Amino acid sequence: MTFVAKPRVHHPKLPVNEIGLTRRDYEGSVSTLCAGCGHDSVSAAIVQACAELSLPPHRFAKVSGIGCSSKTPSYFLNKSHGFNSVHGRMPSVMTGSNLANRDLIGVGVSGDGDSASIGFGQFAHIVRRRINMLYLVDNNGTYGLTKGQFSATNDKGSTSKKGVPNLYEPIDLVSSALQIGASFVARSFSGDKKQLVPLIKAALMHKGMAFIDVISPCVAFNNHSGSTKSYEFVRDHIHNVMDADLIMAHDEVTADYAEGTREDVSMPDGSTLQLYKVDADYDPHDRVGALNYVQRMQEKGEVVTGLLFVDPDAVECHDIMDTVSQPLNELTEADLCPGSDTLEALNQRYR
Amino acid sequence: MEPTNIFDPNYFHKVVDCQWACPAHTPVPEYIRLIAQERYTEAYMLNWDSNVFPGVLGRTCDRPCEPACRRVRTEETPVAICRLKRVAADNKGDVTAFMPQVPTEKNGKKVALIGAGPASLAVARDLLPMGYEVHLFEQDEKGGGFMRSQIPAFRLPEEVLDEEVDRILDMGVHCHFGQEITSMKAMMDMNFDAYFVGTGAPRGRDLELKGREDVDKHIHIGIDWLSSVAFGHITEMKGKVIVMGGGNTAMDCCRTSLRLGAESVSVVVRSAFEVMKASEWEKDDAMREGIPIINNRPPKEFVHKDGKLQGVLFECVTPVKGEDGRLRYEPSGEPDVFIEADHVLMAIGQDNHCPWIERDLGIEFDKWDCPTLNEVTLQTTNPKVFFGGDSAFGPENIIWASAHAHRAAISIHLFCQGQDLIADRPPEGVNLISTKMGVHEWAYDAEHDAASRHIVPLSEEKSALTNIRVEVELGFDQALAEKEAQRCLNCDVQTVFTENLCIECDACVDICPMDCISFVANEDEAQLRQQLTAPADNTEQDIYVSDVLKTTRVMVKDEDVCLHCGLCAERCPTNAWDMQRSIVHIPQLGSYAE
Repeated sequence: MTFVAKPRVHHPKLPVNEIGLTRRDYEGSVSTLCAGCGHDSVSAAIVQACAELSLPPHRFAKVSGIGCSSKTPSYFLNKSHGFNSVHGRMPSVMTGSNLANRDLIGVGVSGDGDSASIGFGQFAHIVRRRINMLYLVDNNGTYGLTKGQFSATNDKGSTSKKGVPNLYEPIDLVSSALQIGASFVARSFSGDKKQLVPLIKAALMHKGMAFIDVISPCVAFNNHSGSTKSYEFVRDHIHNVMDADLIMAHDEVTADYAEGTREDVSMPDGSTLQLYKVDADYDPHDRVGALNYVQRMQEKGEVVTGLLFVDPDAVECHDIMDTVSQPLNELTEADLCPGSDTLEALNQRYR
Repeated sequence: MEPTNIFDPNYFHKVVDCQWACPAHTPVPEYIRLIAQERYTEAYMLNWDSNVFPGVLGRTCDRPCEPACRRVRTEETPVAICRLKRVAADNKGDVTAFMPQVPTEKNGKKVALIGAGPASLAVARDLLPMGYEVHLFEQDEKGGGFMRSQIPAFRLPEEVLDEEVDRILDMGVHCHFGQEITSMKAMMDMNFDAYFVGTGAPRGRDLELKGREDVDKHIHIGIDWLSSVAFGHITEMKGKVIVMGGGNTAMDCCRTSLRLGAESVSVVVRSAFEVMKASEWEKDDAMREGIPIINNRPPKEFVHKDGKLQGVLFECVTPVKGEDGRLRYEPSGEPDVFIEADHVLMAIGQDNHCPWIERDLGIEFDKWDCPTLNEVTLQTTNPKVFFGGDSAFGPENIIWASAHAHRAAISIHLFCQGQDLIADRPPEGVNLISTKMGVHEWAYDAEHDAASRHIVPLSEEKSALTNIRVEVELGFDQALAEKEAQRCLNCDVQTVFTENLCIECDACVDICPMDCISFVANEDEAQLRQQLTAPADNTEQDIYVSDVLKTTRVMVKDEDVCLHCGLCAERCPTNAWDMQRSIVHIPQLGSYAE
């Protein structure tokens, strides 16, 4: 936790994006998390991604539940809409927000407790409903706010800070998201912004349910030698299969990757999603293959990261429900009530 | 790149831009902190120890520290360092108890100091506590040199000068005042163990121009004229005045003329406004008093009627930037300009002039009539003779005189003790002390203050312009000083990185408001500078590179615009970052700090 506020002054050459804002304009208030918390790096990655995409901060809806992770929406995008909801209930609030105003960019931040324990049911249902959003989990495998109990994503055999092993099987949110129908699934590491920032950018521009599981070490309770979610363990066991980056419509698409390892996917807004195969045999469009791969590697103790699955032609909830393109909250009485003549005409049909 | 050696005394010294730029290397941030704590006496002593004349310099220094101030790079205006120095001098208590002890039993060596300006006085200050018998020779009746003769009283009140000059004389200097020194040989015959020449650059330049001879009595050499004013020989200036020249002497001449009753005063400069030698603030002061500064006008002719000056004819030129970036002047095509004048003050530079030093004493002079000196020891080709101040390398400022004096005093001491002037010179050093006092507690005010530079209060204009003894600047009062002191970024509190504690969590990278910190693959310096969070384009500022970390990357910190806010250390979970105060040790005889 920091008491000294980050000064407003910034680097004299800090670049300005297309809408005239600097990266600093996307920041939030001072973080009250522990010094060195991975979650702060994730917030910084979101800030950087949104600034690089030149997205207008006031067009965001950021929603969270309860936990260290769920405090973080205060620490990015100060000028946006936000709702800090009840424990595990981010998906409900986000669903409502998205149904009411489909034009807002939805960012839901949750934690391993918030999504894999109390909110596991909510998580499953928002994924299967394919709400158009970025669902980001700050996954540290521990209950930091209540002093370090194992969470549901903590690996079996991994120990507490005092050396007591975890006896239960972990829930893998990536596997769940793949199975239930997320159309963009990725895993990353808070200590690797080079990978994380492009993934967040791609996820923000993805139409449909985009899920990113970010391993984000808890420096206070789960960054020790017995942990499988420490900075050191993750760095030693990371296995990146697929890098992704989002190239904006007006940017030049460069091709400095070897033939056959890159795939360009056109996005609905005119941008290009670039995929770079780090593992040559990996296919990011095979949902079942991805599921198998992740599970098999997990058995070996490896942490698979990168863009694991993407369906560029996915449908989202509004497509499924066939709603009007205008956000529902903008529909006026005139739009919704066709008038007594229409009612009369309708009634006539049933005479 | 190789890891940075932070134990090199120069590394962190360079980060303290103001101290590095100061010829005397006064520890600026430290005395500003003392001022913020209302510890004026200590702030004064820290200054006095390093630059010898804080009261004088707090009003008149050329301030090389201010353009160097990091705040110029982060927010444009520097901390008002010079004015804060004056606050320490204005508000100090009794300093007698803090003065160095001068032994009553002398060490048997006698040193002659020639010229009682700042350089000689500072040498005396350094040598007296070491037991030397110091003799000071001066043609004027009082000590102070050009601080007395050339700085007008409205910028430097006499009592301030007297206090600081007398403080040194009272340490036991044998004064030989009021006798013109006409022969170095005669001095050498007096058999002193060493000689220090601090006679300044006393010859003001003149201009050979059509009509110059005919109007001699209307033309005055700026520095001589100022000196006559200072000693009361000139008390009024009637008619229209042209000051020629663009340096600080020109500014003093024009403002003095105004106060002595001149009908009109204008400054006419051969070159462009931006390249004038005068300090920004001195130009501002003159313009604020309504004195026009007319640029790009080289003089052509003194126009007179039977020896009575009518005015000066000036050519009109336009500055053109050459390929080397320097300005050249081409005729602008406009007709020549005639400016009426009854008096012309020449302030176009000054030179060294030592006609009283016989050239057969083994003291070599170069073609510009400057002595041939060893730049480190300030020793001439005659081992017994040392130079310092303006007489050494030409006109500079008081702060240079103090800096030379410390070096010369060490040399004289080593010479008198039969030691080698280079090999036995005491080395520079650096101490690093952690400022961490507890969780989120630092022994300095880390928080960044975004306030802009505070304006110094001035005397009421009418009285200031009619009385030469009314000091124009009133200086900061304590409340304003405290506010201005808060603007200091504490650049001497260094960000020190310990590789083996770092877990590479990126917290410092994320929190740094100035994007100074990066973790990247190691490269050579030029490449590394381009691969950082923000490119390190200011190559005058170092980058701090760590040893290789666990992920094979290195930590690179660009020192350029670091606010020293300590947020990296605040956010570091493992104390790999620490804020440590660097104390640079510049060797000095009889230092208060030792």
